[in-house]
Amino acid sequence: MKISLKWLKEYVDIALPAEELAHKLTMAGFEVEGMRVIGGGWDNVVIGKILAINPHPNADRLTLPTIDLGTEQVTVVCGAPNLKVGVKVSYARVGAQLIDAHTGQVATLKAAKIRGIASNGMLCSERELGISDSHTGILTLPDDAPLGMPLADYMGDVILDVTITPNRPDCPSVIGIAREVAALTGQSLHIPEISYQEAGPSIEGQVGLAIRAPDLCPRYCASLVTGVKLAESPVWMQHRLQDCGMRPINNIVDITNYVMLEYGQPLHSFDFERIRGKKIIVRRANHGEVLITLDGVERKLSPDMLVIADEDRAVAVAGVMGGANTEVTGSTTTILLEAASFNPASIHYTGRTLGLPSEACTRFERGISAGMTMPALKRATQLLVELCGGVAARGIEEAYPGKTERAPLSLSAGDVNRILGSDFSLEQINNALTSLGFECKRIDSSLLVATPYWRSDIRLTVDLIEEVARVIGYDQIPMTMPVQPLNKPAPTPIIGLKRNVSQILTGLGFQEIITYSLTSLETMNNLSAAAQPAEPSLLRLANPMTSEQEYLRPSLRASLLAAVAANRRHEDSGIWLFELGKVYLPRNNNLPDERETLCAIMSGPAVEKSWHGEGRAPDFFEAKGVVESLLCRLGITASYEPASDESLNSAEQAAIVMDGARVGVLGKLHPDVLERFEITESAYLFEIDLPALLRFVVGDKLYRQIPRFPAVVRDVALVIDADVAHQRLVDIIKSFPLVEKVVLFDVYSGGQVPQGKKSLAYRITFQSREHTLTDSEVNTVQQQILERLGGELGAGLRG
Amino acid sequence: MSEQPEQLKIKALQELEGVTSADKLEQWRVRYLGRKGELTLILRSLAELPPDERKTLGARANQTKVSLEEALKQKEQVIKEAQLVAAKKGGIDITLPGRPLPAGRLHPITQTLHEICDIFSAMGFQVVEGPEAEWDYYNFEALNIPPEHPARDTQSTFWIAHGTGNREKSASVNTGTIGAVSPSVRYEMEGGEKPMLLRTQTTSVTARTIAEVGEGKRQLPIMVVEPGKVYRYEATDATHGWMLYQIDGLVVDKHITMADLKGALYEFVHRYFGADRKVRFRADYFPFVEPGVEVAIECAICRGDGCRLCGDSGWIEIAGAGMTHPDVLRRGGIDPDVYTSFAFGMGADRTVMLRYGVDDIRLFYGSDLRFLRQF
Repeated sequence: MKISLKWLKEYVDIALPAEELAHKLTMAGFEVEGMRVIGGGWDNVVIGKILAINPHPNADRLTLPTIDLGTEQVTVVCGAPNLKVGVKVSYARVGAQLIDAHTGQVATLKAAKIRGIASNGMLCSERELGISDSHTGILTLPDDAPLGMPLADYMGDVILDVTITPNRPDCPSVIGIAREVAALTGQSLHIPEISYQEAGPSIEGQVGLAIRAPDLCPRYCASLVTGVKLAESPVWMQHRLQDCGMRPINNIVDITNYVMLEYGQPLHSFDFERIRGKKIIVRRANHGEVLITLDGVERKLSPDMLVIADEDRAVAVAGVMGGANTEVTGSTTTILLEAASFNPASIHYTGRTLGLPSEACTRFERGISAGMTMPALKRATQLLVELCGGVAARGIEEAYPGKTERAPLSLSAGDVNRILGSDFSLEQINNALTSLGFECKRIDSSLLVATPYWRSDIRLTVDLIEEVARVIGYDQIPMTMPVQPLNKPAPTPIIGLKRNVSQILTGLGFQEIITYSLTSLETMNNLSAAAQPAEPSLLRLANPMTSEQEYLRPSLRASLLAAVAANRRHEDSGIWLFELGKVYLPRNNNLPDERETLCAIMSGPAVEKSWHGEGRAPDFFEAKGVVESLLCRLGITASYEPASDESLNSAEQAAIVMDGARVGVLGKLHPDVLERFEITESAYLFEIDLPALLRFVVGDKLYRQIPRFPAVVRDVALVIDADVAHQRLVDIIKSFPLVEKVVLFDVYSGGQVPQGKKSLAYRITFQSREHTLTDSEVNTVQQQILERLGGELGAGLRG
Repeated sequence: MSEQPEQLKIKALQELEGVTSADKLEQWRVRYLGRKGELTLILRSLAELPPDERKTLGARANQTKVSLEEALKQKEQVIKEAQLVAAKKGGIDITLPGRPLPAGRLHPITQTLHEICDIFSAMGFQVVEGPEAEWDYYNFEALNIPPEHPARDTQSTFWIAHGTGNREKSASVNTGTIGAVSPSVRYEMEGGEKPMLLRTQTTSVTARTIAEVGEGKRQLPIMVVEPGKVYRYEATDATHGWMLYQIDGLVVDKHITMADLKGALYEFVHRYFGADRKVRFRADYFPFVEPGVEVAIECAICRGDGCRLCGDSGWIEIAGAGMTHPDVLRRGGIDPDVYTSFAFGMGADRTVMLRYGVDDIRLFYGSDLRFLRQF
């Protein structure tokens, strides 16, 4: 909202410089986002009057007006078409800082000869003065503009651009801000009682009024003004409207806009002659009812919307926009002026549904107090009488079905200080509230506070407490630290796990990425190499922005594949990425299951080619090594079982299993999947469901004594059928007492190893916690191991 | 007396000339200055001489000793330098690059979230999280934002269709401009089901945390921070994204005041942005707090004078905060006459951008290694 400082000064005394005022408003919740100084450069511009206009001897289009400046007379050369003798104008002396109408830059006015005649200064257009873009003629001023007065004193202003929070519907207005300024600066407020001559007959009997939807219209007030003449509004009003960002239209519309800016209450003017039956009916729209609004668009209305109607038809969408059928035109002579209060939710709905967020609409939907209608209506009626030659009917037609009395609120110093942590006295509290227009009655040690009619936002004592804090100042509130609770709840384990996992993976060389949570159906289908991929169960947005971002992703894989492809364009070394994020699995009649998932991808060697040699491209066992290392750090040993994941190569994939439960998968990405994501080299992926893993994460580790006796290490090379899994051998070896550790250090087939067999070499570490092992003890166990391996798996010692 | 000290000195120094290694030098030292060395023997023999002879010879012998010790020191230095030169000749080029090891990094937003959570944890806050797909209730209604509240217009929302991936069923919801369809109408469209959305603010977790008290799932007092992703139906540009990170915070206890809010957030700013950073609390409006606060910090670029980054104000808004509205507490089953509470919320993306001078928010989610490796 743009607020003119000059306009503001009509209602409140302001002693502070504009910057300080802006600071005070900002601190109190009215952020001043910008300040525009009008006339800041008008040092050499004064008001003059055209005394005579002589033709230019050398140019048809130029004239030589003589200007009376009160103390002197000057003659200039001028090309403006709107010169008239007797008109007040703005005259710039040589040396004035004006905006060059062609370049838009500020330039100093120099003495010049134009077509042979010296011009002693110049007359200015609005564009040259920086008021508006208008450059069709010079600025003309009202007849009462004082001769010789510096223009800056007459027209200069500071326009504050103030952000009004939605809880303060009373404040996008000059008077609303004036009230705040008065409270914040301790200056006095002058809001005059409105009075005007009511020369016409009583409005009663001339205008009928009925509210048929009192839930949507708590109050409706109307005045009637006859004999108005449609014309341009006075220059000063046009300038004010322009300064505040509104376009002047005609005197009637400008008055309603002017009063809206001044009082904060939107008004509407009807051509009363066109109101059929001379009757205003406030009702819900009928099914299928249509109305052409002032912008010429036909609006389809529904019974959820409120209209202003006459006997036959709707004449306005209440609080949103007027109808073309009762628009004020050049032939209008009688104005019915409306100031009403509407249900904010209904206005919000109507404005949004019709796609018509008008200024009136945004004001009404914030909930303007019904008390604001009457003063604004009177003010606008006064202006219609004073500026449009109108005759006001006596009295105001009013219906107020929603009238409510607000009970005063009780407030003690204790209430205030309990919330603010301050030590404000009742006196300070009383002063703060009174300065804002609250009426405080002291009862014992507390106040009984009556809220002024314009404050629709005050409902509870905390609302009053905020007012106290705002006026006294947030900077007057002390600073303390909240006392930590003694029974601090334990941190959420999954949060700790996520942090742990991400840190371990960075240590293993992976870069973390964060990608968007929304995806497309096509992308998800691209993840399956199967001929007929299973229909993914997805959560869909009702209002996606694009089809690329239509579904909540059920998997992180596509994001990682896309990231590899995108980075491959500029990376020739390894791309090892992981993401730790949620996947969203739909559930019936419930929020989705949001599972924290780890997904990582390995493409290319972990390290760059260097003078130490080429990096090794990852293979299945490198991926598995990463998973094992990660799980090891978490205190977990998983087993790996065959899997059939559709994104992965069927020959090189494994499920990561804990206690029979699958917690994840790892393997080589299927070439078809890679191709769809435009990745040309092989890549490995692993994925772990963190909530599933969490159950197995060792929380509290227990110290185990370091062995005091030396270990015995034995290497055994075994020959066994090629299709026997290594895991089976290890499980058997580890089941024996004294076996501390088993490491597979060689896998070999071919050569002396018979066809269909393979050789596996293990280093077994034997250790006792009670004594130093003897050779014969170890031999015995080793023998037993070999016997079992031979018996159960057909393994024999390699010769 | 076999030799005079002076002769010994000449002989020893001549011999020293030929010494080139540390080993030889040690032999030389033992021979002359050692416990049984030649000079030592001379010095020892002094005791047997008559006093006047002892005196003159003693002085001469000592002079020799000083000379030899000095010569030894010099020679040691020479040999050490020679060793260094020799070592370089046959050694390695230590400027060659080391064997490369992979270096992974956390995403800058993750780093920031960790850092912020750590600061609050140190103050006694517990880190909690909540769902991103959320009921309208927790994201809006429980926070004093009913369907027709103007605050909804500033948080354009992604709505989630009920059912699973059924396009036809929810197609009707998809018509019209966004935000035009009020949620009350949406209730009807979805056959009376509760509206589901992607949360627009992590304050939804605040609403949940408060509700947990009423449901008996959480004990008072509460002191939590709530990091996570939020979503806005917004066109993307350098400073706006449709997915971003926020951190909300909530404290509920008896005797919690706005002074505590001020203390906690000033402390946070000083730990995260630096102790010399000025902080500003000013009145602002958020539906779920009363009184409401905007927290701003002095602009890092201009230090309060006004520049392009801070829009000439000298201040940069970093958080919204306030005393939790009594209706919000009551709705969750907390008696606002007994307990008071403060809440705050801040954007993590913005914080990272401010801190590192990142000028395009889209870089965070673009996974470009050339960007991510800078953090």
